Amino acid sequence: MTDATTPAAEPAIVVSDLHVSYRTTMERRPTLRKAIVRLGRHERTVRTVDALKGLSFEVPRGSVLGVIGRNGAGKSTLMRTMAGILPPTKGRVEVVGRTSTLLSLGVGFNKDLSGRENIVLGALAAGLTRAEIDERYDDIAAFADIGEFIDMPIRSYSAGMTSRLAFSVAVHQNPDILLIDEALSTGDAAFKERANAKMKEMVAQASTMVLISHALASVRTLCDECIWLDHGELVMHGPPDDVIRAYVHKLKVTESAVVMEDL
Amino acid sequence: MPTAPGPAAAPGAPADVRERHVYEPTSSRLTTDRHYWRELWERRHFALELSRAEMDATHSNTAFGRLWLLLNPVLTASVYFLLVVIIGGGRKGPDYFVHLLGALFAFHLLQGAMTAGSQTIVGGGKLVLNTSFPLLLLPLSAMRTAVSKFLPTLIIFFAFFSYFALFAPKSDANTLHFSVVQLMAIPAFGLLVVFTAGMTLLMATAQVYFRDVSNFLPYVTRMWMYLSPVLYFAWQMKPWMLKFEIFNPIFAILAVWGETLVRGDFGLPSWWLMAVAWAFGTFAIGLVVFRAKEREFPVRL
Repeated sequence: MTDATTPAAEPAIVVSDLHVSYRTTMERRPTLRKAIVRLGRHERTVRTVDALKGLSFEVPRGSVLGVIGRNGAGKSTLMRTMAGILPPTKGRVEVVGRTSTLLSLGVGFNKDLSGRENIVLGALAAGLTRAEIDERYDDIAAFADIGEFIDMPIRSYSAGMTSRLAFSVAVHQNPDILLIDEALSTGDAAFKERANAKMKEMVAQASTMVLISHALASVRTLCDECIWLDHGELVMHGPPDDVIRAYVHKLKVTESAVVMEDL
Repeated sequence: MPTAPGPAAAPGAPADVRERHVYEPTSSRLTTDRHYWRELWERRHFALELSRAEMDATHSNTAFGRLWLLLNPVLTASVYFLLVVIIGGGRKGPDYFVHLLGALFAFHLLQGAMTAGSQTIVGGGKLVLNTSFPLLLLPLSAMRTAVSKFLPTLIIFFAFFSYFALFAPKSDANTLHFSVVQLMAIPAFGLLVVFTAGMTLLMATAQVYFRDVSNFLPYVTRMWMYLSPVLYFAWQMKPWMLKFEIFNPIFAILAVWGETLVRGDFGLPSWWLMAVAWAFGTFAIGLVVFRAKEREFPVRL
């Protein structure tokens, strides 16, 4: 798939010396009352998290990059930084093209609104115009295949329906770059197959993709290159087979079928 | 945001002119301010659509549907009519009752926007976490909802006003009359909206850091209402109390609103000055606080 791009073509994503740290609270639910009590005791619960520590890599246009690593390695933070949701603390990210994000929590931020309203709102927030949404609405609904549920509140949806809808919305924004975080973990086999076909079709059209997955088998089949993150640092960058082998070796487990699907 | 034409796009490629985004550490959120404001403007339909959809959703399971936008102020007016005119034995006349309606509906605009605004960022969780867009759109949408709920109350207000001004017998307790000065209620309303927008931004930010803000809000706003010229006229206040009202942000705004709309009186120039200062000062503080904290919201949810 990489041969679709000429050597002179500039990369779709350039990440240089990227550091992201943020301050976050250790409380489950921060309240004013607790803040006042803490003030009396001179306690602090705000902690700085260094999520990414100096990453540098490029993603050529039209290629698929897999991101693997254990929980808390910084994969989702990396995705959010590339999407422009979180700002870098140091370094720089350059992205050429329109980005569409499909991060783990999915679409449908307002559970009281219908699927239809959530599609329109999500697309408007992502920067699509009314005309673009009207043009694609039928395709989105058809691909998500949730039937009459489209006019019901999202709270009545099953997990599979929500993720199908989220995937459908993300791919129909005609993005140049698609960022996917664990999106295929729900949904039945038939939908996974259609989703994989759609992603291959998009890559053939010179779309670039970054895919976070614990399902190493899909990283192996879909990706051209792979990076392995651990504790916010880039451990390895190379062909998926090599990186996955090293990653699995590090985990001190053999490549059993369980690991390939569930890690 | 500089854009550069990319190399010739492959057949079927989504766009021939490619957008280029550079994300670097900045004091504000992600990119330069000009970029932010342009995106805000381009995505304004999101705020409108969100407000419209949420208003429809609140009324979707009710028998009267959107009619509630009118029924709510009618019922509020009925409660106070019962309280003031019937139980109160008419000691307070139409002047007082109509003033009460005007001030009450204006205060409800502020109260409603603050309550809804406090939930915007925290309630927008998934969208805030997963989409890169100017988060300012969320509290602005709550503002739009509050104003849309306010406008029908004016129908109720003017129904009572017209009845007392045109048909009811005139007396010391009924001096209501139509006047050109009432048009000055329009800029007064503008100040109320600007002030409310500032408070909405502050509440949206505060709720992210202190999740019990929305629990305190109903009590705080009710106390605030009793300290403001809603249940009484501004000119009825004791002189020593008036001295402190300079520190009540909503006092001057409600005073000029009530004087112009109900009494057809311009009010004191010092009230107008205070109203302008509080409205724009609050809005500026709200905007600066929200923008300064906005980049932190996704990691605080």
